[in-house]
Amino acid sequence: MISRLSAITLNTFREAVRDRVLYNLVLFVLLLVASAPLFGEISIGLERLILVNVGLSSISLFGVIIAVFVGIGLVSKEIEKKTLYTILSRPVRRWEFIVGKCCGLLVTLVTNTALMTVGFYIALLATAHSLHRSDANILVAIYFIVLQLMMMVAITLLFSTFSSPIFSAIFAFALFVIGTFAEDLKNFAAMASGGARWLVTALAYVVPNFASLNVISQTAHGQAVATSLILFNTLYAVLYSAAVTAGAVLIFERRNLK
Amino acid sequence: MHAIEILGLSKDYPVGFWKKALRPALKLLNLTVEVGEAFGFLGPNGAGKTTTLKILMGIIIPSAGSAKILGRDFRDPEIKTRIGFLPEQPYFYDYLSATELLDYYAGLSGMGRAERQKRIGPVLERVGLSDAGNKQLRKFSKGMLQRVGIAQAIIHDPEVVFLDEPMSGLDPLGRHEVRELIQGLKDEGKTVFFSTHILSDAEALCDRVAVIHKGELRGVGVVKDLRSAVAGKSEVVWEGAHAAAKVAALLVDSHVTGDIVRGTVPSSDLDRLLEKLRQESARLVSVTPLHGTLEDYFLANTTEKEAVIS
Repeated sequence: MISRLSAITLNTFREAVRDRVLYNLVLFVLLLVASAPLFGEISIGLERLILVNVGLSSISLFGVIIAVFVGIGLVSKEIEKKTLYTILSRPVRRWEFIVGKCCGLLVTLVTNTALMTVGFYIALLATAHSLHRSDANILVAIYFIVLQLMMMVAITLLFSTFSSPIFSAIFAFALFVIGTFAEDLKNFAAMASGGARWLVTALAYVVPNFASLNVISQTAHGQAVATSLILFNTLYAVLYSAAVTAGAVLIFERRNLK
Repeated sequence: MHAIEILGLSKDYPVGFWKKALRPALKLLNLTVEVGEAFGFLGPNGAGKTTTLKILMGIIIPSAGSAKILGRDFRDPEIKTRIGFLPEQPYFYDYLSATELLDYYAGLSGMGRAERQKRIGPVLERVGLSDAGNKQLRKFSKGMLQRVGIAQAIIHDPEVVFLDEPMSGLDPLGRHEVRELIQGLKDEGKTVFFSTHILSDAEALCDRVAVIHKGELRGVGVVKDLRSAVAGKSEVVWEGAHAAAKVAALLVDSHVTGDIVRGTVPSSDLDRLLEKLRQESARLVSVTPLHGTLEDYFLANTTEKEAVIS
């Protein structure tokens, strides 16, 4: 089982690495991070703050874009090009294929994020001329971005098991936007009454809560992130991703691959 | 123990806007293939050949029925270490080299790293790609892709090899190469189950064939027996065009060139034809028994006219 999972994971990673679109996105983000000091020159004294905000937001946004655009093709491309036929004719369980694909894209995104993080810290060093102890807090914000990407991979994969790539992308991005405002949904539910309150509350808990994973602003101001929040967010992201992946597996197990 | 035992496999696809109507793609298929046999699964496009193979490979789920491969349920993942599959007009990850592709599939089949490294070279050599092992598949020709497809199907040394239209879309040279590869597998004692609509390939390679049409099995047997089932006709050539009209009812086909008539007659009517020609004073030139071909059998079992008669 482990060897099959690792083979699918490695192949998914290899496909992404050899995909020129991915390289372009990484390059684009690196350029964006590199250009952040220019913003700093416009806002005198706020270089560091702007760099952290722009840099981490770029890492998050481009990670999500990669997660969605690579994720929507993970299953559909294998079906369309019939490569899945040669995989399922081997002792590979359908769940192994889904989990392997999920892990492959996650490894890609972690690698991608790690490279962008290196670029970001180089840009930070270039701007501030030295790194402080509080700059380590930024790593927590980046860790939360990785958790967010893990959830986005699972969500995109879920949609790609039953929907066309275009609809999968639309659904995934819609859920990303809604999830970013998950806390607002809870506030809205508190103000609503009757059936609407029940409905919005349920929706607020079902959609991914990306709001609680966003500590960019906090770390940009040099504030530390509570250990309890790190543990809670880790648990939440892992359980949410596992549940969504299980849903994807359930759908895929029953699917006829015409 | 049979290599393949198909027991009443059926597949219906829901059609229509509400998906309530069912379109049968495969109707109660029963078939056995013996160990070491080269078995041809023949049928026109849309007959149900690929559906059958997809069910056996676990790609689609049957509506009813079951199957066994080497005595074990076809859904048993462990049996898949003992089978190989080449889909119709395969596409492979074109960002990989042939060596990387084979390494990937061998890994999925449960082979260890050392075993994989040992086997990839000889398999590439066997399919004639030893010089192209490090070349990316996007640079491969169609014939090369088909050969790498066969290589991935046999990389783990399976006992049963399923090939879906292995010669489809290949030029004569490519077809010859693939045919040689299948013959090699057969000579090694592997069971080869391949679907095709190229009858000359089936005739050259197969011990037995089955003909399927519109999801129904129309016939199965040894190629020679099937050919003789549609034999039983003779070609009679005589001089005397005036007799042609008198014997027309006995002929299934006739051509008149000047005073020479060339007619095809069922063997059962041959004596009556010869008697009538004698009565009409026609001069007999030759009588030649016609041998049935697999194509005759195929056409007899797949054309609407013959289906109604049968």
